[in-house]
Amino acid sequence: MTLNSKAPSGPLAEKWNNHKFNLKLVNPANKRKYDIIIVGTGLAGASAAASLAELGYNVKTFCVQDSPRRAHSIAAQGGINAAKNYRNDGDSVYRLFYDTLKGGDYRAREANVYRLAQVSVNIIDQCVAQGVPFAREYGGLLDNRSFGGAQVSRTFYAKGQTGQQLLLGAYSAMNRQIATGKIQSYTRHEMLDVVMVDGKARGIIARDLVTGQIERHSAHAVVLCTGGYGNVFYLTTYARGSNVTAIWRAHKKGAYFGNPCFTQIHPTCIPVSGDHQSKLTLMSESLRNDGRIWVPLKKGDNRKPEDIPEAERDYYLERIYPSFGNLVPRDIASRKAKEMCDQGRGVGASGLAVYLDFSDAINRLGESTVASRYGNLFDMYKQITGENPYKTPMRIYPAVHYTMGGLWVDYNLMTTIPGLYACGEANFSDHGANRLGASALMQGLADGYFVLPYTIGDYLAGEERKEVSIDSPEFVAAEKNVKDQLQKLLSINGNKTVHEFQRELGLIMWNHCGMARNENGLKEGIEKIKALRAEFWKNIKVPGVGEELNQNLERAGRVADFLELGELMMQDALQRNESCGGHFREEYQTPEGEALRDDDNYAYVAAWEYKGENQPSEMHKEALEYEFIKRSQRSYK
Amino acid sequence: MSGNMNLTLKVWRQKSQNAQGAFETYEAKNISPDMSFLEMMDVVNEDLIKAGKEPIAFDHDCREGICGMCSMYINGRAHGPLKGVTTCQLHMRSFSSGETITIEPWRATAFPVLRDLVVDRTAFERIQQAGGYVSVNTGSVPDANAIPISKENADEAFLSAACIGCGACVAACKNSSAMLFVSAKVSQYALLPQGNVERKERVLKMVSQMDQEGFGNCSNTEACEAECPKEIKVTNIARMNREFLRAKLFS
Amino acid sequence: MNSAFKFLDTSIGRKVLMSLTGLFLCTFLIVHVSGNMQLFKNDYGLAFNQYSVFMTTFTPIKVVSYLLYLTIILHAISGFRLTMQNRAARKIGYGAAKDPRSSSWASKNMGILGTIILLFLVTHMANFWFKYKFGDVPYVQYMLDVNSGEVLGAPVGLTDSGHMKPHEIMASDANGQPVKLVIVRDLYNVVKMAFQETWLVVLYLLGMIALAYHLVHGFQSSFQSLGIRHPSYASLIQGIGVWVFGILIPLLFAAMPVYFYFMKS
Repeated sequence: MTLNSKAPSGPLAEKWNNHKFNLKLVNPANKRKYDIIIVGTGLAGASAAASLAELGYNVKTFCVQDSPRRAHSIAAQGGINAAKNYRNDGDSVYRLFYDTLKGGDYRAREANVYRLAQVSVNIIDQCVAQGVPFAREYGGLLDNRSFGGAQVSRTFYAKGQTGQQLLLGAYSAMNRQIATGKIQSYTRHEMLDVVMVDGKARGIIARDLVTGQIERHSAHAVVLCTGGYGNVFYLTTYARGSNVTAIWRAHKKGAYFGNPCFTQIHPTCIPVSGDHQSKLTLMSESLRNDGRIWVPLKKGDNRKPEDIPEAERDYYLERIYPSFGNLVPRDIASRKAKEMCDQGRGVGASGLAVYLDFSDAINRLGESTVASRYGNLFDMYKQITGENPYKTPMRIYPAVHYTMGGLWVDYNLMTTIPGLYACGEANFSDHGANRLGASALMQGLADGYFVLPYTIGDYLAGEERKEVSIDSPEFVAAEKNVKDQLQKLLSINGNKTVHEFQRELGLIMWNHCGMARNENGLKEGIEKIKALRAEFWKNIKVPGVGEELNQNLERAGRVADFLELGELMMQDALQRNESCGGHFREEYQTPEGEALRDDDNYAYVAAWEYKGENQPSEMHKEALEYEFIKRSQRSYK
Repeated sequence: MSGNMNLTLKVWRQKSQNAQGAFETYEAKNISPDMSFLEMMDVVNEDLIKAGKEPIAFDHDCREGICGMCSMYINGRAHGPLKGVTTCQLHMRSFSSGETITIEPWRATAFPVLRDLVVDRTAFERIQQAGGYVSVNTGSVPDANAIPISKENADEAFLSAACIGCGACVAACKNSSAMLFVSAKVSQYALLPQGNVERKERVLKMVSQMDQEGFGNCSNTEACEAECPKEIKVTNIARMNREFLRAKLFS
Repeated sequence: MNSAFKFLDTSIGRKVLMSLTGLFLCTFLIVHVSGNMQLFKNDYGLAFNQYSVFMTTFTPIKVVSYLLYLTIILHAISGFRLTMQNRAARKIGYGAAKDPRSSSWASKNMGILGTIILLFLVTHMANFWFKYKFGDVPYVQYMLDVNSGEVLGAPVGLTDSGHMKPHEIMASDANGQPVKLVIVRDLYNVVKMAFQETWLVVLYLLGMIALAYHLVHGFQSSFQSLGIRHPSYASLIQGIGVWVFGILIPLLFAAMPVYFYFMKS
């Protein structure tokens, strides 16, 4: 199968408009004859569900949480970008497009990114109309800030809760449709398979997480908005429930997986405090505006930070990148922290942390100013670590935070399975090899509010307007497969818990496919994962039964999928013999230790096709052609 | 850091919604004070699984205090002893070695227990569906800056909108009243011009749904505010009362 | 009318009913306590007994007093219903005791406090109101100086013919000086005698303590239920609730039995 991105031709700024005009439409009276299933109710899922229901389609939504509002989009802190140019500082759709493409190290599709920048302005309008309480200025108009090293102020925000407020907006729009009956919301339900009939996605198999009942749900199209798969690393900033299961099972049914190795690692998280740790907490990137990052000059210097004299400290970011200093992009800041710790100069009990020191800022600005800027973050830090960052430097370490990879989708957001769509972080998306700050929210809502509602009609217009039966042999078979797998998990009754397997997998992933990767390490990692996967299916212990609320059973199924995904990520990282964005191969770096991209050989999307259990996956390439902008090497010296 | 601690846990165990529940006692040994409360529960669960017993079911997701999923009633207080903190952000250094900790699910007729510490909060969903929105369709909206809103009102609306819908207010209230939750939503829209058109209808419908769900009445004990992890203020309840009276008496 | 009932059947409507009836009872307390202050007058109870006549015969007051009884009943029944509903809202309670830091003791025990107050009221009404209205409170005759209105000594008991009404007549005293004779029923003496009983004094003190706690929460809570809350006057309402209704009024009421108990003679 050759990959057709379906990106329209023509001038950049006209592509989306022309494409919309060329899309087939579904007659308003006929929309109610089509059923659409949406899995996942974060920003992408909730916005898509509401918009499609408003158009008149019958929508069913599924989420594993007890309310759509709890999807992990809710945890996004910083903000959402939009090319509104309210600041008169020279922002434009083109600039947002350019920044996003460059930030992604030129590994995204031009047409998609331009469309994203175009619709970004509509998102803000939509959210404000829903009553999202964005920050405002005294004149009553919207406030903006600059974020993630952008040169313009284009980020809209609602204190440190932008994700929650945007999600509540989309959720409220969903609730309105639930009240009208256009959306049926299934909460505490987990999708466990996509059902294919005649080569098209026609429904899903879901498990009611309370009763354990396996249910069949049919539709004319299925949309996966289930977020990222970073939890393959175990310790991440993701929610505990975030998983790959929906998109992985779709992948196994024929949806190609795009750029699985592209992972974003956020530099400022609270470090691991012990083996018990279940979660890493992100501290806003804004801390790097005033905090100085350093490690001791000497290896293994165990003195308290206050006792280490200025001359024996290494402010390594300021030393290596004199012009950007502590404000270098996320991937670089993360990688350098790891290098310092690898050199044995890490701090804290584990040696896996660097200092983020505010003493200069406190001396310069006074404690009250620092408190007014970062007070809530300092409080959060204190709550988690028990240390007072006004008195002693914070300890920070990078953590997995976002996955740029995901299901491969064309310009219409359709996967390689007809009728199966992927939106938001679940698709391989618009961020290339590295996502800029405040762009994830933008993409999720763009897909859900302003792209999918147009493009899905093009597909549905060609589909028969009769209800899809859930009694077909395909549904029966899919249900049986799901039940068999659950039964298998329950019957092994080995000696190791799901938790142990997931931690072990996470450690392998972090060590072999983390911030820096190399050929040998990846090959070794693949073997380790294979072995762990084999052990999993022999030695997993899942207590309880299937016909009840069984959190271990839920998690076991997810870890089983992570164990397969992990290997694919490593394979993808192994084939990409270059460094770009979040993917850093130690063999491919400049003499100064910076990422060395290879545009001649690797300017493509790697789309992986599943070939069966324990069979090597097959890679397909979608060449990335840049018609409108020139690629350049990123430099922050 | 100080040494590790040993704790006794009294935990509510209940197999399913219709099953009879009871307290069970467990020992939590060698607990690091740096653990979060839920991480301590993870440790206990691992031990239970290893011992061939059923682990304790509890709701949790983001573990950073924003999703509103976690919901434990710890030692007579929703989300435990600290102010302005969810269970997932509570750390074991807030307890001392040798202590007995009682852990219960949210208790309210409108929040039936599904299993152990997991409760059904879909009553909140239905209240939101009754009117917790502005009726605008995607696309048909004016420019974001076409509606100026005073900073004061925007900030106030934000404070109301900060509610994470965890249900601690109901759990903390001696009457299992949902007034704080409902009023936070009503307030957010009452403070914003976008919410003005449907203002009366919204408060009437949401209050009516709240009543149908079987929550108790508000006695202004203000325990909800004291135990709300997002410190939503009871002034929201006063505002909702006002909105309701206005809608009932002057429409 | 139907919609009014519907309103009262909503959670907020029920609270509004509680707060309006409660506030009405609060205004009555002010009237009652200021009227009863006459007990402390050094006039052998004349002013108090006259005041009692006024309160039981002046038509507008009579109307208000029936409204008052109705309000008490409404407040009590409504409170009882609320308590029942609130109980039903949590059929299975918590095992651990509620952390006392979350809410004040009074706010959590309004039902119990209200019940104590209701029991107190029943005793109080039986002791005085019922006796005065239907019982055997003898008539007495006060002799007053015509010019100064000063009471000239303790009143004299009269035998009731059964048709006696409170009235005043002009007469002369033993020295032929003109005096005013005031004939009223001596409720003052009933009060005085009643509070010689230790158990009754204790009961009254308990009643007043309950009232104090009930009002410390109830007064400000009423405003909250009506939606009357703003930073600019919230502390004023709070202050009045605590100092006037929580402390001053119950203290004055409590002073009355104590005063008679220790006055003895």
